[in-house]
Amino acid sequence: MSGTGRANVLKSLALATTMLIAGAASALAGASEADFKAAYAAAEAANKQAASLRNQWTPTAAALAAAKKAAEAGDFDTAVASSQEAEALAKASIYQARSEKDAWKALEIH
Amino acid sequence: MASTIRVRATSSGETTEVQALIQHPMDSGYVKDAKGDLIPPHFIQQLTFEHDGKNVFLADWGPAVSKDPYVKFSFKGGKKGDDLKISWVDNKGASDTTTAKIQ
Amino acid sequence: MRSAIHFASAALALAALSFGAMPFAVAADTPDPAADAKAFQKFFTEKFPKVKLDDFVNGPYSMNEDMHRQWEEKEQFPPYDFSLDLGKEMFAKPFKNGKSYADCFPNQGIGIRQNYPTFDEKEGKVVTLELALNRCREANGEAPFSYVKDEMAALTAYMAFTSRGKPFDIKIPNDPRALEAYENGKRYFYTRRGQLNFSCASCHVQNPGERIRAEVLAPALGILNAMPIYRSEWGGMGTISRRFTTCNSQIRGVPLEPQSDEYRDLEYYLSYVSNGLPVSGPGARP
Repeated sequence: MSGTGRANVLKSLALATTMLIAGAASALAGASEADFKAAYAAAEAANKQAASLRNQWTPTAAALAAAKKAAEAGDFDTAVASSQEAEALAKASIYQARSEKDAWKALEIH
Repeated sequence: MASTIRVRATSSGETTEVQALIQHPMDSGYVKDAKGDLIPPHFIQQLTFEHDGKNVFLADWGPAVSKDPYVKFSFKGGKKGDDLKISWVDNKGASDTTTAKIQ
Repeated sequence: MRSAIHFASAALALAALSFGAMPFAVAADTPDPAADAKAFQKFFTEKFPKVKLDDFVNGPYSMNEDMHRQWEEKEQFPPYDFSLDLGKEMFAKPFKNGKSYADCFPNQGIGIRQNYPTFDEKEGKVVTLELALNRCREANGEAPFSYVKDEMAALTAYMAFTSRGKPFDIKIPNDPRALEAYENGKRYFYTRRGQLNFSCASCHVQNPGERIRAEVLAPALGILNAMPIYRSEWGGMGTISRRFTTCNSQIRGVPLEPQSDEYRDLEYYLSYVSNGLPVSGPGARP
């Protein structure tokens, strides 16, 4: 916000309120479509890697879907947050697949 | 098509024990399919067991009865070789009837 | 520095490769399916000393007396009866080209359930009964059935029924690929997956007889001998494919395609370690 005078601040506050009502609050908080696209691409890439390890998780897919839905509604804050959640989940599934590479033997009946 | 009704009725002399299994979806009307659309109600409304010209068992069923229902009961009377007639009618007007011999 | 590390790891990888190429280099790692099966069956019989070996095929119903009584009552009028009849009808009905399922199987398809899955040495892969049925359809110009729906369940129900009581007799031919498939199946069985971090063994080895919500978990031993099953929870019949994919999604893992290599190998392993236990399918479960 670049307002110098009191009037300017008030003006932008009023504008902000209008935008909130219009459901475009995200524009204020900073996440843009580009942010979403980057976060989504990162999450998708991680989930793809999980697929190559044959170990995708259903919550990852759900978070990706939620991100897409939020982005379509113009809510890029939520969209970015969901994308990041999806990426974290996908990374956890990758970690799981890798650590299970040998860890599975601990359960085996001998 | 094969009958939707399976019956086994055995007489012990004084009483007859009847077991029946009926193939029916028994949709309550409150369940959604994979697409999220409601599956319309489709259930058996009346089930009758008839022996020697009279009803020995009559059930008024509603949507709360589970899929492929199973019934077990016994009644006084009934001899080996007697006929037992079973029929049902559902809310769409469909019906089925079968006759079993008491063993 | 970095390239030095790379070099070192490359050398390691090479060493590992050449090491791995030697057949069964390390004695402890030598796959021994017969010993596995013995240990597997011993584990369960020791865990449940009151349950007879053959009774494990009745899953949760073998686990306590109360459930066993329920099962005996249920078996008098089993809910899979309709599916069984449908399967019998379907099995007998010829394809459009005049041939039938019987032409695709040894002994006309009767009493052979206990031999599946088999290892096809030509293909170098495991062939399950469900897969063989669909291949039979396709070879005769018919569209394949869904692996998780009623038609496949009905067909396998009928084929299991004609084989009831026959002991599972899964063979691992003297072919390194067969042994590899077996090992892959074993690894899949014990590998944790999904967000809940469960392996098949978490439930069916570590906790059979315990409850998961209202259900009693079935022991892994003999679990496939009862397939396909009428599951009251599903309100219908389920194939082995349906069981595997549903297990995966229940632990929040994305299921693989039915009859993917992993599932075929898993079925191979799990059937092999239940060798000697009778076919009890089709089964009914709560």
